[in-house]
Amino acid sequence: MNPMAAIEILGLEKTYQVGFWRKRPKCALKPLHLQVEAGEIFGFLGPNGAGKTTTLKLLMGLVFPTSGSARILGQPWDDPAIKAKIGFLPEQPYFYDYLTAHELLAYYGRLSGMTHKNIADRVDSTLELVGLPDVEGVQLRKFSKGMLQRAGIAQAILHDPQLIFLDEPMSGLDPVGRREVRDLIVRLKQQGKTVFFSTHILADAEALCDRVAVVHQGELRGIGAVADLTAKVQGKVEIVWQGTSVPPAIKALGNDCHVTGETARATITESQQDAAIDALRREHLRLVSITPVRGSLEDYFVERLQHAGTSAGAKS
Amino acid sequence: MRARITAIASNTFREAVRDRVLYNLIAFALLLSGAAVLVGQISIDIEKLVVINLGLTAVSLFGIVIAIFIGIGLVSKEIDKRTLYTVLSRPVRRWEFIVGKFFGLTGTLVVNTFFMAIGVFGALLYVEHKLVRPDALILVALYFIILQFVLVCSLALLFSSFSSPLLSAVFTFALFVIGSFAEDLRNFASLTHGITQWVAVGLAYLVPNFSAFNIISSVAHAQSVAGALVVHNTAYALLYSAAVLSGAVLVFEYRNLK
Amino acid sequence: MNSRRSTTLTAAAILVAALCASMLLLRGIDRARPTATLDDVLFISSPKALKRASLGYDGLLADLYWTRAVQYFGREHHADATEYKLLAPLLEITTYLDPKLLVAYEYGGNFLAPPPPGGAGEPERAVRLLEFGIQQNPDEWRLYMNLGHIYFIELKDYAKAEAVFERGSHVPNAHPSLGVMAALMAQHTGNLDTARALWTATYQTATDKNIRDNAFEHLIALRVDQDVTRLQDAVAAFQQRTGKLPGTMLELAAAEGWPGLPADPDHVPYVIKSDGKVQVQSPDHFPFITLGVPPGYKPPPPRFLHHSDQ
Repeated sequence: MNPMAAIEILGLEKTYQVGFWRKRPKCALKPLHLQVEAGEIFGFLGPNGAGKTTTLKLLMGLVFPTSGSARILGQPWDDPAIKAKIGFLPEQPYFYDYLTAHELLAYYGRLSGMTHKNIADRVDSTLELVGLPDVEGVQLRKFSKGMLQRAGIAQAILHDPQLIFLDEPMSGLDPVGRREVRDLIVRLKQQGKTVFFSTHILADAEALCDRVAVVHQGELRGIGAVADLTAKVQGKVEIVWQGTSVPPAIKALGNDCHVTGETARATITESQQDAAIDALRREHLRLVSITPVRGSLEDYFVERLQHAGTSAGAKS
Repeated sequence: MRARITAIASNTFREAVRDRVLYNLIAFALLLSGAAVLVGQISIDIEKLVVINLGLTAVSLFGIVIAIFIGIGLVSKEIDKRTLYTVLSRPVRRWEFIVGKFFGLTGTLVVNTFFMAIGVFGALLYVEHKLVRPDALILVALYFIILQFVLVCSLALLFSSFSSPLLSAVFTFALFVIGSFAEDLRNFASLTHGITQWVAVGLAYLVPNFSAFNIISSVAHAQSVAGALVVHNTAYALLYSAAVLSGAVLVFEYRNLK
Repeated sequence: MNSRRSTTLTAAAILVAALCASMLLLRGIDRARPTATLDDVLFISSPKALKRASLGYDGLLADLYWTRAVQYFGREHHADATEYKLLAPLLEITTYLDPKLLVAYEYGGNFLAPPPPGGAGEPERAVRLLEFGIQQNPDEWRLYMNLGHIYFIELKDYAKAEAVFERGSHVPNAHPSLGVMAALMAQHTGNLDTARALWTATYQTATDKNIRDNAFEHLIALRVDQDVTRLQDAVAAFQQRTGKLPGTMLELAAAEGWPGLPADPDHVPYVIKSDGKVQVQSPDHFPFITLGVPPGYKPPPPRFLHHSDQ
């Protein structure tokens, strides 16, 4: 047991019995071992159907594990008392559409054990924080998808939880909204909170997370700090030259090349660098620059998906 | 614990009201006043009888329909729409959710019945131009009707916790119908023999007994109600619905939410 | 916009036209349909099944069936019906659903037992109905009276009638007429006076207007019967005295020294026919008379409100 861990997942597994006679087992999550440190922003990545939502539902106690257990903030995950210290935003949330945002938050606040005064103090500020300042008296049924998402985030942070679980927090938001949510998550970390969010949008994870885990087909494929992971991927360079055509030699290297105006560029691996420069010299094309391109998380992600991975232990 | 159950109950009530369930009172009022005016022209002596019979029957039927319609969705709707996720991620025990929903629904019906009671007494005043002491029996009939609601609500909630709205409605209504025959069922059971008797008797006692709660006809004839019946009915309703609710709690406690 | 307007107009026109047409069609359908059979109208003819189906709301259902019974009888009456097949089932269902609906038993007593066109002509069924009523409401003296009435008037079973009145007179708060009737019957069975006492009691204690009017008609008929009997006796005496029949009522009146011509309750004088029979001039005005009618006379259906006392 790690006293510094906000979340310890100890072999949580979930197999559903589907079919009319419940004969066909469907494994949604293979035994998962994972640790999330306190105070970090942890990204839980994977394509749709990878088991991200199942993991969250297991942690929230919405479904019961076939085997395994977990600890949240040091306590067993099914202890109701810790629920006062966590917040949860489900995927594509849907709320009681006959309530206004204020009523919704007041309801949730009461359920989280907040006093009336506490609720009164925090509701307005929370709504403003998530970008819903003028929704007094408006029923949720009139909210747009983006507004609903913000309301969802509001209910997740209203009671000032220490640990916040977000399932696809950016979904339904426009670019401005996404930026705001990103800033919010950063702010939460600055307040010393832990954020665990699952997403399939890698750019967000790359920008925000301290560490990420990749899951696919119900198993953990990789885990580590973002910087370390991207460094593992083979480096690439971008080569830029003056000209309006791409020499066949460079095209033959099998890279993506495009021409913009009077400049052409291509992305090649480091090892192909010399071959590319030679090709340009032969064609008498003027080299403008060679810049290293940092490996992206996407590369790591895609690469991990192809590997039938192992979920042995948590590494940092 | 109480604060959470109260919050859930009042939210359930609020949902029913905003779902415009109380508009049924308008239909009720129209029905009753129309009948009160018409009945005098058809059969003079039995105006009061008809007003009480019709009024109380309408209170009972309207209420049971509402109890079923709202009750069947209480849990299943929250699961379908996934509003339950954000509730259960809070320190709310699953059983508190069930109990809160139950109180919210019965509370809605009590309020509804209260307004309907005013309507019934109003119609009575209209045809009789005065109220007499035996009319207080109508209050007893209304109390028994509310006890019926308590039973129906618990049943609807039980089915809602594991079944789709359509099936829940069918099962709940079926139990209401069978429960209305419960007395006949017990008589029938005593006539059978052997294994059949065991099964029949078991079934007859297990089924919710609705027949004892319907005293509309005797109240219409101003017959008094035994105090013992009031006590027994209250106890039965409370015990039986407690049993059903416990069943709902058990089912819900182990349910994997989709 | 134009296509929208034309759609609106067309749809509205079709709505109104089709609705009116369907309503008119309904009248045609009603005319074209053969009169419904017994089972059609009753839907469920078994009282037990109906009570089960009512799921405990039998009070209201009883009221509905009672209303149907009243309307059925009233409608058939006005249509000059000669039989009322549905009345017994309707009343049986009504009382099975609500055994305490006393007025239904009274109705049965008064309109099930008598022969058509005044009633359904089913005295045995009426007896069964009232016996059921007495069993369910043993302290309602009115029911005993109704039952005794049937035994006396329709079934002419004077012994049973007396027994019923006797039973009823012991019920707490029984109307005094019950005891009186029992005594009367013990003394004079089949007497017109007894019958008059019975109808008077019915008239005085009835709560339903139809029943009261019916009793009134019977009282009038009794008076006519008594008048005719008296007059017929006078004719016989005249014949004995003079050896011939009086030619006109005037002759008889003069011979007897009566102040004026004897008249029926409508103040129309009685007439003496050539064969010496005393008759009322307009037998149609007196639905229940048994004497003073021409030979082969068929009474028309009674009109309740003809001699209404309102």
